[in-house]
Amino acid sequence: MRRAYFKNNWVSALMVAPQLLIIFIFFYWPTSQAMYWAFTLEQPWGGGNTWVGFDNFRDILSDSLYWYSIQVSVVYALGSTVLAVGMAIILAVFVDRQMRGFKAYKIGLIWPYAIAAPAVGLAFRFIFNPTAGIMLYVNHVFPGVWDPSTSGNDAMIMVIVAGAWKQVAYNFIFFLAGLQSIPRSLLEAGAIDGARALRRMRDIQLPLLAPTFFFVLVINITDSFTDSFGIVDTMTGGGPARATNLMVFKIFNDGFQGLDYSGAAAQSIILMFLVVALTFVQFRYIERKVHYT
Amino acid sequence: MIERTPLLNIMTHLILLSGLILMLFPMYLVFVAASLTLKEVSAIPPHILPGDQLWVNVEAAWVKAKFGEKFLNTFIVAFGVVVGKITLACITAFGIVFFNHRLRMPIFWCVFITLMLPLEVRIVPTYAVAANALQPFQVLMDVTGLTWLIGMVSGVEVALEWNLLNSYTGLIMPLVATATGTFLYRQFFLTIPDELVEASKMDGAGPVRFLCQILVPLSVTNIAALATIMFVYSWNQYLWPLLVVTDQSYGMVAVELGRLVPKITATGGEVAKWNIAMAGTLIVMIPPILVVIFMQRWFVRGLINTDK
Repeated sequence: MRRAYFKNNWVSALMVAPQLLIIFIFFYWPTSQAMYWAFTLEQPWGGGNTWVGFDNFRDILSDSLYWYSIQVSVVYALGSTVLAVGMAIILAVFVDRQMRGFKAYKIGLIWPYAIAAPAVGLAFRFIFNPTAGIMLYVNHVFPGVWDPSTSGNDAMIMVIVAGAWKQVAYNFIFFLAGLQSIPRSLLEAGAIDGARALRRMRDIQLPLLAPTFFFVLVINITDSFTDSFGIVDTMTGGGPARATNLMVFKIFNDGFQGLDYSGAAAQSIILMFLVVALTFVQFRYIERKVHYT
Repeated sequence: MIERTPLLNIMTHLILLSGLILMLFPMYLVFVAASLTLKEVSAIPPHILPGDQLWVNVEAAWVKAKFGEKFLNTFIVAFGVVVGKITLACITAFGIVFFNHRLRMPIFWCVFITLMLPLEVRIVPTYAVAANALQPFQVLMDVTGLTWLIGMVSGVEVALEWNLLNSYTGLIMPLVATATGTFLYRQFFLTIPDELVEASKMDGAGPVRFLCQILVPLSVTNIAALATIMFVYSWNQYLWPLLVVTDQSYGMVAVELGRLVPKITATGGEVAKWNIAMAGTLIVMIPPILVVIFMQRWFVRGLINTDK
């Protein structure tokens, strides 16, 4: 615990004031505003708003389109998370063997972190495009096997692959850091006891990586709910037939295209609860963080 | 560790190489497409070797999307976010860690909670705030009767308005309003030994001097890490600029990139010029990639400390 402090609390107030002002205007106010809109019915841009209680939520929850959006969001979350986490953990474990050239592998796996979601979306839309490049050839050989602009499944696969690809680098960074914080002495002790490399991975490294794994898992699921807009918007536009109409995309569409502020606000509130719940799960497990030494 | 595992070593390289190929190959395809003519892009079988049209396509993309202007805008916004974020995070954490008053923890939690809800989740009301950043105060004054009071006393109708749409401020501010950096700085400040504080107090340094001459120089690695993360974050912004900017002279690169190809849902007869779009993708990707590779060491450490 710290013992030495500065006495002048006015300086402290001046230091924290700008931050508090900004988060009041751009965080707390909009969040409370969303609550307010969710429980009232409002004309876009002013006009009267009347208190309607839980009507907005009832409308949304009885809307089959909303449930469909939740369903595709969950499919997307699971698909992209499993792919991205699985791939990152395998790569990290093997990079951590620190064989010749591991620095090159490391950089090669880290840089995609820097690529913007729309750039990834556009790139993969091109790669999976049935009228150009590789998929054109695949379609030429097996006619009609791939077309994400008409087949919902194809579109979902395309979005999942792009989302997962974008996330691998981030996960990899965390897994590698987690592995490197495992003391080498543990691995050496294992080796002396006769455990070969694969055995050490299974019985020492992977179990000790559990907290990182859990953290990354939750971050990935949260991100796939909140951060998917750029990819969906550039790749599929929510289609075909709403097959990739993820929750954030639907909020955006209902709010800004449909001008249904109350409906969008109610959806935002539900999404907020989801994200907050996930964050709480994450904090609970991070508190139980394993200390290695 | 010295161990003879020839088979496993080969396997390791195979796995890592295939991982590397999975990560690099899509971008290689982008590069190849960016160097072909439109006719070659849709040829059967597909070209796997780059052509000679790269500069032509890059130039076409640069002109079509007015990237000159957009790059400048994005640099301005990224610069604003980086500087604003680092400054705010630094002084807020300083005010929380090095002073002993009752509001310390409440303020910390107030800031910390903002980590939970990303901008995308509260996008609709944040947009309304950006349309008039003084609206919160207006509403508060209306509700408390202050507007009425002022109106009675001075005869002036109070109507506060500050429109942030189509402005750099509007693009920057909401991106700054999160706790990411504050948390990183707090963690770092907590590791500063008490003795350092006491020594500087003994030498007659006040809080501001301590901050400027001791803490800031000590936190250079923090600054580097945070700057990298925030630069990539703001360079890649898509949803927020898409909303706030209607006047294209304030447009940002990621949004403009999305416009290079007609939307898949678009009904018009416009042909997707994939070679030009991919050239655009390449040039938009380059600055953040350079920053990440160049700053790799600091940024990796910072990223891990920020989010944990």
